[in-house]
Amino acid sequence: MTAELTRMTAAEMASAIAAGQVSAVEVTQAHLDAIAAVDGRVHAFLHVSAEIALAAASAVDARRAAGQPLGPLAGVPIAVKDVFTTADMPTTCGSRILDGWQPPYESTVTRRLREAGAVILGKTNMDEFAMGSSTENSAFGPSRNPWDLTRVPGGSSGGSAAAVAAFEAPLGTGTDTGGSIRQPAAVCGIVGMKPTYGGSSRYGVVAFASSLDTPGPLARTVLDAALLHEAMSGHDPCDSTSIDAPVPPVVAAAQQADVEGMRIGVVTELGGEGYQPGVLARFGEAVELLESLGAKIIEVSCPHFGYALPAYYLIAPSECSSNLARFDAMRYGLRCGDDGTRSAEEVMSLTRGEGFGAEVKRRIILGTYALSSGYYDAYYGKAQQVRTLVTRDFDTAFGQVDVLISPSTPTTAFRIGERADDPMAMYLADLCTIPSDLAGNAALSVPCGLAPDDGLPVGLQIMAPVLGDDRAYRVGAAVEAALRERWGHPLLDEAPELTADGMGAAGARSTK
Amino acid sequence: MSETMAELVGFDEAIARYDPLIGLETHVELGTVSKMFCGCPTGFGAEPNTQVCPVCLGLPGSLPVVNAAAIESTIRIGLALNCSIAGWCRFARKNYFYPDMPKDFQISQYDEPLCTDGWLDVTVHPEGAPPSQLRVEIERVHMEEDTGKSLHKGGATGRIHGADYSLVDYNRAGIPLVEIVTKPIAGTGSLAPAAARAYVTELRDLLRSLGVSDVRMEEGSLRCDVNTSLAPRGSGSWGTRTETKNVNSLRSVERAVRYEIERQAAVLDAGRRIVLETRHFHEDSGTTTAGRSKEEAQDYRYFPEPDLVPIAPSPDWVAELRAALPELPAARHARLQSEWGLSDLDMAALGNAGALDLVAQTVSAGAAPAEARKWWLGELRQRANTEGIELTALAVTPAQVARVSELVASGGLNDKLARQVLDAVLAGQGSPDEVIAARGLAVVSDDSALLAAVDEAIAANPKVAEKIRGGKTAAAGVLLGAVMTTTRGQADAARVRELILERLGQH
Repeated sequence: MTAELTRMTAAEMASAIAAGQVSAVEVTQAHLDAIAAVDGRVHAFLHVSAEIALAAASAVDARRAAGQPLGPLAGVPIAVKDVFTTADMPTTCGSRILDGWQPPYESTVTRRLREAGAVILGKTNMDEFAMGSSTENSAFGPSRNPWDLTRVPGGSSGGSAAAVAAFEAPLGTGTDTGGSIRQPAAVCGIVGMKPTYGGSSRYGVVAFASSLDTPGPLARTVLDAALLHEAMSGHDPCDSTSIDAPVPPVVAAAQQADVEGMRIGVVTELGGEGYQPGVLARFGEAVELLESLGAKIIEVSCPHFGYALPAYYLIAPSECSSNLARFDAMRYGLRCGDDGTRSAEEVMSLTRGEGFGAEVKRRIILGTYALSSGYYDAYYGKAQQVRTLVTRDFDTAFGQVDVLISPSTPTTAFRIGERADDPMAMYLADLCTIPSDLAGNAALSVPCGLAPDDGLPVGLQIMAPVLGDDRAYRVGAAVEAALRERWGHPLLDEAPELTADGMGAAGARSTK
Repeated sequence: MSETMAELVGFDEAIARYDPLIGLETHVELGTVSKMFCGCPTGFGAEPNTQVCPVCLGLPGSLPVVNAAAIESTIRIGLALNCSIAGWCRFARKNYFYPDMPKDFQISQYDEPLCTDGWLDVTVHPEGAPPSQLRVEIERVHMEEDTGKSLHKGGATGRIHGADYSLVDYNRAGIPLVEIVTKPIAGTGSLAPAAARAYVTELRDLLRSLGVSDVRMEEGSLRCDVNTSLAPRGSGSWGTRTETKNVNSLRSVERAVRYEIERQAAVLDAGRRIVLETRHFHEDSGTTTAGRSKEEAQDYRYFPEPDLVPIAPSPDWVAELRAALPELPAARHARLQSEWGLSDLDMAALGNAGALDLVAQTVSAGAAPAEARKWWLGELRQRANTEGIELTALAVTPAQVARVSELVASGGLNDKLARQVLDAVLAGQGSPDEVIAARGLAVVSDDSALLAAVDEAIAANPKVAEKIRGGKTAAAGVLLGAVMTTTRGQADAARVRELILERLGQH
């Protein structure tokens, strides 16, 4: 029973709980058991709040018993990235500098999730302050890819992606700044959505790069992602950059799941040299599949996408250099060297030296430099101009097509440690995802099979215009349905069984 | 004070050799109910760290949301200062580390201020010379958030150096500030100190009339930085400027400019150079001492605040705010002067005494302008000076002064009685009418009551009476004095005089 419960989709869990076929407490307990069984190896969670989760689940059961209305995610467990502030659980952002910090306030996203009845299991691992593509930058050790425990689950939302892929939770929240939802979703073989910037509130999301950070859902199915997307999104007066418009009809679009007559653009610049052949192979098949489903495929050039990555690595560090200034040992978090002999400045300096990891320091220094007087125009200013050009590329493209597609990542999951000493190689993991972060449009990653060269998951990225999030879901759901029909089962069925001792045999079935 | 006492050149001598250039940066705490970017209250003097929330404490994950009332106040200030209002502008982050700054950056405005290019006409009142008009050009008016306040404990000075420990109160963090920056003011010569004071005075009155701030310099809701530099007379080549902070009163503004002119002239005379620095004004000694050097300019790494959307006030809204501006001090001043028929000097005297509003209110309450002016600048100013307080602090209202003035005009009181009534009012014994009733101070003009006193005086002074009978009517003053004495001043002096002359056959 327990294994069956954790294998259900979120939609199935919600309806089974609402129908009284299973209690929310049973569902939550099954997931807590799963975490206890496998998380020692996956290390998706930094903090598991069993008591709080069970209390929330039993509150759902009580509401149901009393005949009170239930929220759309009532009783569905969820793994929350440790970048969202939670008033009853620590929030560390994967950093020593916030080790043990208990926020006094709740993020808008988690508040909405609780209001929708979702049961927060705990907080998931991430690259420190969301800076990275592998979770190796977490101060608390890396998470592991459930498909191959020697490989990274991607990042920065790697903990949430691994938790969902390892059946520790049906849903996870992430944040996407340069690809931090879509890239881990792709390499873990699950669904991840970066909503339109401003579509989901950043209030209570510890900032990495304010103009890019976008909270979004991770799930095993497109419909589950849409359900979570709908529950966590919408206008928030506490976030000035939040869009005051209705949430696009993402659930309806995920249920519609058809591409008949849609114009789908293949981005010339996102593919070819430097991409893993197995990734390109699966991507090519996805294009053919969409065509066979009645979509019109059009080759589209976005000439400035090649400059997106360098522009991103000026804008994001610039903003982070300012956003992370507040970690100064004065009000919360780590404090080093405060022995009564040192000045406030010395304590600040020591604390930041001890508390931040190498990648965070690298980006703070990069951003500080890019914003410096005399360099601002050449770096930050120029990068903002590139950002405008990338946005115009999208505008032009969406004049011709309904959605754009590309591989979600140039390669499948790499080995832990493989790129740790090579920041440039690490940065390239976000090559395909960064343009949509710069332009603020919506983009979804759905699994499109296992790469023939290494047997690891490949993601298909579907990019839609600003506030056209529903289009991405519509296409993603169509691809998901067609592939499932082709394979006869969901992709994750092919992932190796995780046990407390390690990995069992690879799935019996294989994709054709 | 770490530096030795600076050498000075006498002011007149300094001005003979150098032209001063001044500039003023004024920070105004807006009187909004809530802070600039969160809903916390803004009241002054609360227990430390009781008016704070995740946003103004800059907690991780918190985000600012602009207070629309603060934008409105800033636009109104800009309009009152004849500025252009930007159709689109942004906030910027000013990055620097300091413990009393919760986010270690301040949300401010940099190259896109809300209001630009205005002016304010001020009247300079130099001592011993006629007042003159000066148009001060306004460079910009922009919004920002205030910081918290550090308190350094232990050590001798109460300053950070040598303190045992420091405490930070974040109640002030996030209170909306408006910064008003003038363009450099040249050509004022020896009037530079008075001009600086006149500008801040006029600006304070303007802000008060707009109702956007309580503009209390002593509580820091109006804070002024004074920039001063010198050029050799007529050369136009301005030297390095200094920025004087901690200037907490109108008088200090004037003294700070004066002191910096004297100090900088001495430095330049000695062939040394002025250091680009912040200087601190000391109220007690009237001097400035060196603060933070700005020679190595701090790099604030300004960039547009990504947590806030741009501000784009609609032309309709701006027009609405413009139409709803109250009558501003300069216009009001001109109107009152013409209504009251007063000279420039008379108006200047009212302004210097801080009596303009009091006189206006007294006139509104029914007094003649000349009478109202006479009471406030005469009798009442004397009382205020004796007690060492402002006119506004006297325990008498303009309406009460108007009532006394009315009673004098109608003959119900004479001047001497009126003074007694005011004394009683100031002593807290009630309204003028209550005092008159309680003490029976009404003027006696009943002939039968007065005649007895007159006859008594004539009988007691036969020689004087004889003189008056002989035509020396001027001698009536002696009898009048006697009558006033017996009536304890309550007699209607004019009527008494008439009665004396009547009795002695002079009518």
